[in-house]
Amino acid sequence: MGEIKKYTIGALVSNKSGVLTRISGLFTRRGYNIESISACTTEDPELSRMTIILNGDEYMLYQMIKQMDKLEDVKKIGCANELECVYRDLALIKVSAAPELRRNIVEVTEIYKAKVVDLSPDTMIIEITGDPVKLDAFIKVIEPFGILEMQRTGVTVLARGTHTLKDRDCYGDHIK
Amino acid sequence: MKLKGADILINCLLEQGVDTVFGYPGGTVLDIYDALYRNGKINHILTAHEQGAAHAADGYARTTGKVGVCFATSGPGATNLVTGIATAYMDSVPLVAVTGNVGLSLLGRDSFQEIDICGITIPITKHNFIVKDVKDLAETVRKAFYIANSGRKGPVLIDILKNVQVDECEYTPAKPQAYAPLAVSKEKLAETVKAIKASKKPVIIAGGGVISSNASPLLREFAEKLDCPVTYTLMGKGCIPESSPLCLGMLGMHGTVTSAKTLIAADTIIALGTRFSDRVALNRDKFAAEKTVIHVDIDNAELDKNVTSEIHVMADVGETLKTLIPLIDKTERKDWRCVIEGYRKENARKTDVSGLAHKIIIAASKLAPADSPLITDVGQHQMWAAQHYTVNSPRLFCSSGGLGTMGYGLGAAIGAAFGTKKLSVLVTGDGCFGMNLNELMTAVTQRVPLVILLMDNKVLGMVRQWQKIFYSRRFSQTNLNRNIDYVKFAESFGAKGLAIENEGEIESVLKEAFKTAEKGLPVLVDCRISSDENVLPMIKPGQTYDTQLEKMEEN
Repeated sequence: MGEIKKYTIGALVSNKSGVLTRISGLFTRRGYNIESISACTTEDPELSRMTIILNGDEYMLYQMIKQMDKLEDVKKIGCANELECVYRDLALIKVSAAPELRRNIVEVTEIYKAKVVDLSPDTMIIEITGDPVKLDAFIKVIEPFGILEMQRTGVTVLARGTHTLKDRDCYGDHIK
Repeated sequence: MKLKGADILINCLLEQGVDTVFGYPGGTVLDIYDALYRNGKINHILTAHEQGAAHAADGYARTTGKVGVCFATSGPGATNLVTGIATAYMDSVPLVAVTGNVGLSLLGRDSFQEIDICGITIPITKHNFIVKDVKDLAETVRKAFYIANSGRKGPVLIDILKNVQVDECEYTPAKPQAYAPLAVSKEKLAETVKAIKASKKPVIIAGGGVISSNASPLLREFAEKLDCPVTYTLMGKGCIPESSPLCLGMLGMHGTVTSAKTLIAADTIIALGTRFSDRVALNRDKFAAEKTVIHVDIDNAELDKNVTSEIHVMADVGETLKTLIPLIDKTERKDWRCVIEGYRKENARKTDVSGLAHKIIIAASKLAPADSPLITDVGQHQMWAAQHYTVNSPRLFCSSGGLGTMGYGLGAAIGAAFGTKKLSVLVTGDGCFGMNLNELMTAVTQRVPLVILLMDNKVLGMVRQWQKIFYSRRFSQTNLNRNIDYVKFAESFGAKGLAIENEGEIESVLKEAFKTAEKGLPVLVDCRISSDENVLPMIKPGQTYDTQLEKMEEN
């Protein structure tokens, strides 16, 4: 097995019910692990865009992309190159925030340019956006205050500059 | 013109040139069966079980190269198709399976005979559709046929809701969408030519892709021009005449000594339309070590999946050979041929055909009418047939290679007889036959010219063989302990029953069997063979080709 890394796969797929099942099923079938998946409609109502984070080696990446590409509902697919893309993840985190601790939490929140979006007598919901590494770091800092629940959207990715996934005629840099 | 959905379906099937459908009616396909009845142009073969219908459509597709079609009702009808669809998927057989489902108002309410067959068949179809609106029906059917029969072929399922079959909609006839096979790029072509030129001892591995791209004549031309020996996988059987001086026989776990030795000695592997399954590559890391591999396959995902290749050609095998042949030089490889001649002699010396099963299969191969398709089930008899039954033309051999479906044979043989309009020869075992013997009813009712050679060894032979090799002869659940009189059994179904007990009876019984079957009366020949005939040679799973066993090695 090759070196295990996180790979980001971007795909434009038919905006139809069942497509997510087909794709996630493919991962299960081949025994590959999805770290995160985010999917939503695009500017074109016929298409959805998916960003999948695969935890695996290069062999798994190639297989996954090629197997996905065979699905009728997958219209375009590529592997994102870390240096040329913008990665964003969003998290909502509910922390227990007794009045005497509020100041400390707000302080951490400000440092990370996160926002407090809800406040109750004992809790707070914080919204943070950024690349996944930043979110991981923030969560670590906020954890000691007591995370009651949280949700992350999963990573979303766009290539910098004029490149778009739609215009791509091959799999991208990783696959010849 | 305005038509009911069910009539649109039938019209779309006719557009695609469908003449035969295998199926079984039921509650949610009543309208489709009514349209079939009113239309009268499609020959519907009623099977005993939906699984038989799926296998029959598969046998029809493999022997004709056309898309096989089967119908089933919702719920259990649909789930009964699953094994047949999976069999076709693993062997890249073009199939369109049509199922009915409950109406939209009942969908998702766990209604009677409702099942999410689309959900169930996602991993075993190239694609599947659920049609909820009659307006989408014609387009869906056309697309299904295109998907099934283009690129790497495979099964497609269309689930049609009951209301869609009844609703009316405007229907405009259309021609089937043309499919242009994927051509090879100039760049890859140059690389391939260079690698071929550099090779001294090349060997071609021909897989099922050669047959599905109708490239057998091109393969022969290519091999002859290159003076390159050809070995085939189970799925490739028939792609080169076994009488050809370049043919090495089958490759793999139970392949010939000739092909194994040639593979070991070769410096270059030209793999055409094959996926290096574990029954061929065995040890995928060592299989092609220190050899140059040129891998031609239409499915990009197969390149580097099991065996890593130096040259990847993602293209149709036929198209590739067509462009490649004019670019390669006519070569003569006297030394290489001489080496292989030695392997052939070794093969002849080491191949044991003394068993009754071998003798029956070899005799059947000689006595069967010309161009009759050979169908097998799965197990020892399958390997004996693959090793010793001569198949000289493509599309005359049907066997479940990838999924290894016991019970595949009888249904497939019926489909193959309809596809080829010839007598079908089925080689099966008593284990496999027991799984779907109900289809003998279909064969009799439909007057299918069929000879069933039942290798009756009273055991599950292949599993038993493995128990001998790997489990110290602990024959767990492989003794069948059945006392069936297969001759009487056949007669009770209205078929003809015959038996072979010893070598002296082979010829006369087979001759009678073929003569009777040609009149449209299926014949079951109970071939009473020993429980201890083995399939040899053998390479154990995961082992390398130099460990090929010529004799049984028991643990």
